[in-house]
Amino acid sequence: MIPLNWFLALSAVLFVLGVVAFFVKRDLITMFLAVEVMLNAANLAFLTFAKKQGLLAGQVIVFFVITVAAAEAAIGLAIILLVFRRRKTIRAEGADEMKG
Amino acid sequence: MAEMARLFWLIPLIPAASFLILLVFGRKLPKTWISLQACLSVLASFVLSLASFGELLKTAPSSLPLVKTLFSWISAGRFSADLSFHFDPLTAVMTLVVTGVGFLIHAYSVGYMARDRSYARYFALLNLFTFAMLLLVMASNMVLLFVGWEGVGLCSYLLISFWFEKPAAAAAGQKAFLVNRIGDAGFLMGLLFLFLFVGSTEFRAIDQAALGGGLSQGAATLVCLLLFIGACGKSAQIPLYVWLPDAMEGPTPVSALIHAATMVTAGVYMVSRMHSLYSLSPAALQVVAVVGAVTAVYAATMALVQNDIKRVLAYSTISQLGFMFIGCGVGAYAAGMFHLTTHAFFKSLLFLAAGSVLHALSGEQDLRKMGGLRRYLPWTYSTFLIGAMAIAGVPFLSGFFSKDAILSRAFAAGQTLVWAAGLLAAVLTAFYMFRLVLLTFHGRERLETEAKKHLHESPPVMTLPLALLALFSLAAGALGLPAVLGPHLDRFFRFLAPVFPVAQEGPVSPGTEWALILASVAAALAGIGAALLFYGREPKIPAWLVHRFPRLYKALLNKYYVDEFYGLVIVNPLLRGSEAVYRHFDLKIIDGGVNGAGRLATLAGKALNSLQTGRLKDYALGLLAGLVLILGALLL
Amino acid sequence: MAIALFVVLASIVIGSVLGMIFSRTPAYSALWLVLAFAASGGLFGLLDAPFIAAVQILIYAGAIMVLFIFVIMMIPRQEVFPADGRKVRLALSVLLAVVLAAEMGVALLAALQGDSAAGLSGLGSTRAVGRTLFQDFLYPFEITSLLIMAALVGAIVLSKKRAKE
Repeated sequence: MIPLNWFLALSAVLFVLGVVAFFVKRDLITMFLAVEVMLNAANLAFLTFAKKQGLLAGQVIVFFVITVAAAEAAIGLAIILLVFRRRKTIRAEGADEMKG
Repeated sequence: MAEMARLFWLIPLIPAASFLILLVFGRKLPKTWISLQACLSVLASFVLSLASFGELLKTAPSSLPLVKTLFSWISAGRFSADLSFHFDPLTAVMTLVVTGVGFLIHAYSVGYMARDRSYARYFALLNLFTFAMLLLVMASNMVLLFVGWEGVGLCSYLLISFWFEKPAAAAAGQKAFLVNRIGDAGFLMGLLFLFLFVGSTEFRAIDQAALGGGLSQGAATLVCLLLFIGACGKSAQIPLYVWLPDAMEGPTPVSALIHAATMVTAGVYMVSRMHSLYSLSPAALQVVAVVGAVTAVYAATMALVQNDIKRVLAYSTISQLGFMFIGCGVGAYAAGMFHLTTHAFFKSLLFLAAGSVLHALSGEQDLRKMGGLRRYLPWTYSTFLIGAMAIAGVPFLSGFFSKDAILSRAFAAGQTLVWAAGLLAAVLTAFYMFRLVLLTFHGRERLETEAKKHLHESPPVMTLPLALLALFSLAAGALGLPAVLGPHLDRFFRFLAPVFPVAQEGPVSPGTEWALILASVAAALAGIGAALLFYGREPKIPAWLVHRFPRLYKALLNKYYVDEFYGLVIVNPLLRGSEAVYRHFDLKIIDGGVNGAGRLATLAGKALNSLQTGRLKDYALGLLAGLVLILGALLL
Repeated sequence: MAIALFVVLASIVIGSVLGMIFSRTPAYSALWLVLAFAASGGLFGLLDAPFIAAVQILIYAGAIMVLFIFVIMMIPRQEVFPADGRKVRLALSVLLAVVLAAEMGVALLAALQGDSAAGLSGLGSTRAVGRTLFQDFLYPFEITSLLIMAALVGAIVLSKKRAKE
């Protein structure tokens, strides 16, 4: 009833928005949020194709993606906290100690 | 006896085993053990050789030679070479000489090298040499022969530069090896062409091809000349003889063994072995004879004026080798081998006796600082005298018969010039040998006080071999008496006859034969007489001659400046050339390339370094760009 | 009917994301994103994946975003961050994003030609998903538990304050 194309188009748009958000934002936490947006867009695409092919594997994959995203968020935020403790700010600029 | 003879292939392997043991454990073994093991291994080979020789005497010629193939060594397409030994009369003669004389020299070395630091290394190398030489003479194909050929060359190098801390010794070893290498290049090319023409390097196959008409004269000439270049290197003929005088830097027993009795005779053996090839090419044979004759005279002239006792003997060896090649060159291979055998006896005797003199004089080698030694060194003197008489061709000693055999056959083959050259060389030989005897053992004592302090006769372990060799030098002539003295007295030649089926000498009337014998006797007596005159009665004559012909004397003393000539024309340009190549090609291009690659990697790294800014968003940009590109590629 | 639902939910999602982009503070951005994920969950439901929809709302919107908000609250208020400088990089990234969008558009048009959803058919029922998860994907499932524990331990260790030395 709903053309699946639309879901995919939505997924594409969300992904691109996430990309732009990543480059536009200046603090680490918001950049991380943009990554979550991209993940969500991917999930949407997975489910769309699962529906099209009638395979549950797509849905199971989304299950795992969400789980891993949770783990990733935990660690990522811990790291951001550490960076903050060191530099007293969450600005993305100037965090270039891995230079070279 | 027959069972022992069947083990003839063990003859080279026993000294090889001894070498290996000495190589690994030498330094930890007591001297007595080393001496016993080294000498007894060679003695064992000698006994085996005797047994095999005895067996050979009983075997009919048609079932010769005895062959034993150990295993198939190389098998590559059309080319194959086995590790197989064979035993025929020619090989029998060589093995008996190598192991017999070799054993005596091993025993002598026990005394001579008694106080040397590297006792084990010495005997290990001597054993290795014996193995290589036996390999050479017992090989049944040219490839295995070449292995032995190279092996003796290697041992020669190692033994010449035995006392390598002496720069002169190290240089001499290097020179020997390099000059030999040039000869080896010729040998290898000959070997390759031989394989090309015949399809195999087995002696049997070569003989069949040559005698069966499968080889053209041109092909045979090419191969023979190339192989002869190798023989010139190994047997010190013109132009590759320059290493032998320098080789005297090595210990005297080494000079006796390698540079008198065995290694230098390898060339003669090889040419004799290839006789069927040489018989196809009169041109090559002529070259061999002429080179031998010229070398014989040439070297003898230099021996006339040398002041070092060993150098005189070295030039004498070169000259006598020339004689052997004369024999081969006129087709009298058996005569050449006979002279090889007698020469092994008296030349090694002379060298060992000279070593005894050195030993007594604490190392003095200069003739001008000797004299009157016969009172102090009776054994040494008497044996040396016998050796000198033998080589000079005094009648009834072995040298007389072997030299006469060669010269008479040369004359019979119509090579009058060669015969004349040989006769001249014989006169010179007698002269310089007795000059040596007189200057060393007779006359006024010109010894230095240091040398005189420890003057003593050598211990029995050294004098016994001298005595034995003297005995052989005296008696060996009986093996090869000329036909005019009676039938069936030429046992040596008849023994070797089956090996050389092609007889090349014309018949000689008894009258001519006697005339030739008289000529040889006259030559010997003339030389000895002149020496007695110059150095006994009227000692002023040599000095007057030097005064009258200064430039000739200088040329002779300086070996005709040949070494300097080679240095100028060959060695120096090569050295300069290699240095130039090194500087411009090696350093700049090759090193430049290698270092350049390294520098390129570093530069690339530094360039790529600028990509790593450490900033998160820059990396993300890269990711994004990559993603876009990949997706684009997939879509297109 | 379903289409209307789709349009509404889609609008909410896109709008929330835009809101997230244009918010001044991280706190507001996070909140906008909670809304976005919730609406996303609804969209999942439209795709015949009720179980996944529930998981999305429970975990993503309910746990992950809450975690974000906790951390945001731990960080004192910073000065206001206007949009990012570094003009070149920004321009380049926007350009690339547009190209990406175009490429994805092309890919989409090729992938599904006017394919229609066949309505809800019980494809992604909890029973079905559970069965698949525990039969075909048992191994990854178990491994994931290890993963979560690793993340747990890691987060704790990382964020522990160093004892005074």
